[in-house]
Amino acid sequence: MHDTRPVEPAAWTGSGDVLRLLTCGSVDDGKSTLIGRLLYDSQAVFEDQLRSLERDSRRYGTTGEDHDLALLLDGLQAEREQGITIDVAYRFFRSDRRTFIIADTPGHEQYTRNMATGASQADAAVILVDARKGVLSQTRRHTFICHLMGIRHIVLAVNKIDLVDYSHDIYQRIGDDYRRITDAMDFATIVPIPVSARFGENVVHRGRLTPWYAGPTVIERLEAIPAATAADDLPFRMPVQWVNRPDPDFRGLAGTILAGQVAVGDDVVVAASGQPARVDRIVTADRDRTAARAGEAVTVLLDTNVDVARGDVLAAARDRPEVSRLLSADIVWMSDQPLLPSRPYLMRIGSTYTQASIVRIKHEVDIDTLDRRPARQLGLNAIGRCELSTAAPIAFEPYVRNRDLGSFILIDRFNNQTVGAGMIRFGLRRAQNIHAQAGLVGKARRAAMKQQKARVIWMTGLSGAGKSTIARQVDLHLTEHGLHSYLLDGDNVRHGLNQDLGFTDADRVENIRRVGEVAKLFVDAGLIVICAFISPFRSERRLVRELLGADEFVEVFVDAPLDVCRRRDPKGLYKKALAGQIANFTGIDSAYEPPETPELTLRTDQLTVQEATDRILGLILRA
Amino acid sequence: MPSIDASIARYAARFRPDRTPRTRILPPHLQALEAEAIHIMRDVAGAFGNPVLLYSIGKDSTCLLHLALKAFWPSKPPFRLLHIDSLWEFREMARFRDGLRDALDLDLTVYVNREGADRDINPFISGTALHTQVMRTDALLQALDQGRYDAIFGGGRRDEEKSRAKERIFSFRDRKHVWDPRNQRPELWRLYNTRLAEGESMRVFPLSNWTELDIWQYISEEEIPVVPLYFAAPRPVVDRDGTLIMVDDDRMPLARPDEPETKTVRFRTLGCYPLTGAVESDARSADAIVAELIATRSSERAGRLIDHDDAASMEVKKREGYF
Repeated sequence: MHDTRPVEPAAWTGSGDVLRLLTCGSVDDGKSTLIGRLLYDSQAVFEDQLRSLERDSRRYGTTGEDHDLALLLDGLQAEREQGITIDVAYRFFRSDRRTFIIADTPGHEQYTRNMATGASQADAAVILVDARKGVLSQTRRHTFICHLMGIRHIVLAVNKIDLVDYSHDIYQRIGDDYRRITDAMDFATIVPIPVSARFGENVVHRGRLTPWYAGPTVIERLEAIPAATAADDLPFRMPVQWVNRPDPDFRGLAGTILAGQVAVGDDVVVAASGQPARVDRIVTADRDRTAARAGEAVTVLLDTNVDVARGDVLAAARDRPEVSRLLSADIVWMSDQPLLPSRPYLMRIGSTYTQASIVRIKHEVDIDTLDRRPARQLGLNAIGRCELSTAAPIAFEPYVRNRDLGSFILIDRFNNQTVGAGMIRFGLRRAQNIHAQAGLVGKARRAAMKQQKARVIWMTGLSGAGKSTIARQVDLHLTEHGLHSYLLDGDNVRHGLNQDLGFTDADRVENIRRVGEVAKLFVDAGLIVICAFISPFRSERRLVRELLGADEFVEVFVDAPLDVCRRRDPKGLYKKALAGQIANFTGIDSAYEPPETPELTLRTDQLTVQEATDRILGLILRA
Repeated sequence: MPSIDASIARYAARFRPDRTPRTRILPPHLQALEAEAIHIMRDVAGAFGNPVLLYSIGKDSTCLLHLALKAFWPSKPPFRLLHIDSLWEFREMARFRDGLRDALDLDLTVYVNREGADRDINPFISGTALHTQVMRTDALLQALDQGRYDAIFGGGRRDEEKSRAKERIFSFRDRKHVWDPRNQRPELWRLYNTRLAEGESMRVFPLSNWTELDIWQYISEEEIPVVPLYFAAPRPVVDRDGTLIMVDDDRMPLARPDEPETKTVRFRTLGCYPLTGAVESDARSADAIVAELIATRSSERAGRLIDHDDAASMEVKKREGYF
């Protein structure tokens, strides 16, 4: 609908758009040398950098008397000594035709996350293959990540062609092998080029030793790749980053247009709420605009005062984005701590944060074979297809249609690390047909009938710390006081409700999630619920806390030093764990994360059972 | 050449609510870089409670300020500017800073490490390393602790130096302001992770993807005023181990009273005058500098004495909290 309207013409017709590219290869494929060669031959290396290079080449170099061009790139001290690149580094150079930003990412297999990071912004990838080794499983892995991250153009640099006597046959065979592995992937172009990065053959200058090769040099190919389409032809989308209110008459919505075009007079909506409005002004510091397009950072004023805040998405009224709380997405996992279903994470999408958890992992992709296999968790550098649910409805586009509106990151809620990167495939409709049914009798009324306040007493601690012993006493005393309580104990629940679960991290999370939901139902029924579970992870305890009302969750840390618990060993479990007969035993080969701010801490190595019980009763009966 | 005061006054008028529309259109690569920087600055304004812009008076942080003026117009940038004054900067820098502050009515704090000043820390006597540590790095950390800032904009660019090339746009600092290059958060798409715990902070570099050439082209296209020291003029200089140092005041120890000679020079970076080398040049405008840069064969940090000690020295300084 916007196609016919003129957008302000860009007056500039000279050289120079930006191409973002990614380079990937194995440790010894000569990737840094290739980039060094691109910079050196396109004269992006200054004289003083060359002097520093000469000095470094003598100190760290691996090429004898020649300049080791790789040393131009290896930025960090430790890397320079180890001779490998460990993180994403960015490089800049220009040719007569355009500006290039290179994300240089390591090829070593444990660094998938860095490659995904570099690939997330790249329009094209240069994939290096050592001509002597051909297409390796690493090549396949890098290519798959490029495909997954939405890169459209591949330059296959068949490097070290000098070491195979500039053989046409080898070049051709590698090109054929590569086309076979990319059969099922959807790249717009794949161009194999025979290269010697060390001697500069077919990088910037055409080689004299590969007369059989008539195709472009690396730089010629990079100049010819079409820049990322600015997403102009998609419907208008702009996440609001900041509300600009210099005075009561001006309420501007500042953001970057991520798709489409917008013009004064256009009908738009706030995506999640559906509130309609019309575009009144499009403002930049330079001038008011009649229209603006994808990629531009603008400030939009609407004709009516709709409720909009940071995080909302403005969208074309006639073509709105999908809004869902249940998503299917591919996730690249980037943390040592595995992704566990049911565990809540913080999700950033567009300019908003919301809570999200993985409902299930449909499968994990083996990136060497591209086979799919079932998985209960995703480890570091794993890639999996997942279903997620979010706390707030999310406005999005499928990733294949728009990278900016279809991507998200997952953040650990405790250490704030970025732990996952996700690409949305589509929204799942299921949730829209399930609406919570509110009953006619509320929990307050049920609790009042019992003359008590319903809540959960959550006892966490190591095996043998005394949780069950104290919990049973508390249950007994409450009953004797005429209060209505119920005891949920780890061992008992595992015999029934959770008999299908084991003791892996993923199963522990699910165990606690189910217990939390059951406890919540009992609180709804007006009961005081005493829960005695090791519950080793903070995030699951927090999950249960958040299921309940503000003062309905009382966390009791039953704290005894590990060696005390081991000495007590009431069920003989420590003995078995230490003998290797039980795996994943908390405190032995599985972590326990103590509460940071429990409502009550009971040092059971210093208190009697009666004293500990009294403290809990004091807390409950006082309130 | 119009006077610098007149340029600043004309510049400030562009940001008044009743501004005259500007119709000049940027080249596409600068459009993209400008939009990216504005996006980053707005993200910070939306996500952090107490940001600050570290304003060094140099060309990069003046571009940063320009981008902030554009990003939030017609509002003023919703954060303060902070200048760490080492007391050894070129006198023209403070004049320029105050002119800009007054014309644009900016909220600007100047911080000096008083303890260092009282101890008379001096690049000639105390040595370069100690001077930089006390009057720059220590001063910065003191000012950041006092201000309790959670996001700190800096003008760093990835093309400046090898260890910067690996730094994130949103670069996490722990409670001690320490950068851990091996434990950086992955940074994907435009989805910056802005989450912090109490006392931690984020250094934010909106110019990460700009090169020195981009900066000068942008200054030229956008007609941004910069400290006149960037442009060639006859200036009194002395030769110190092959580096031309300008005699900016009488604190400069001279071999003989008539030692300084007048040369037509300019500066590629600005900082403490005894530590900043001049280059001989005839470039008297941003356009001339662009032309010179395209022809030149020397990187801009070559004029910075503090970076020379060792190729890895910047990484060491950065880990300690230096920008």
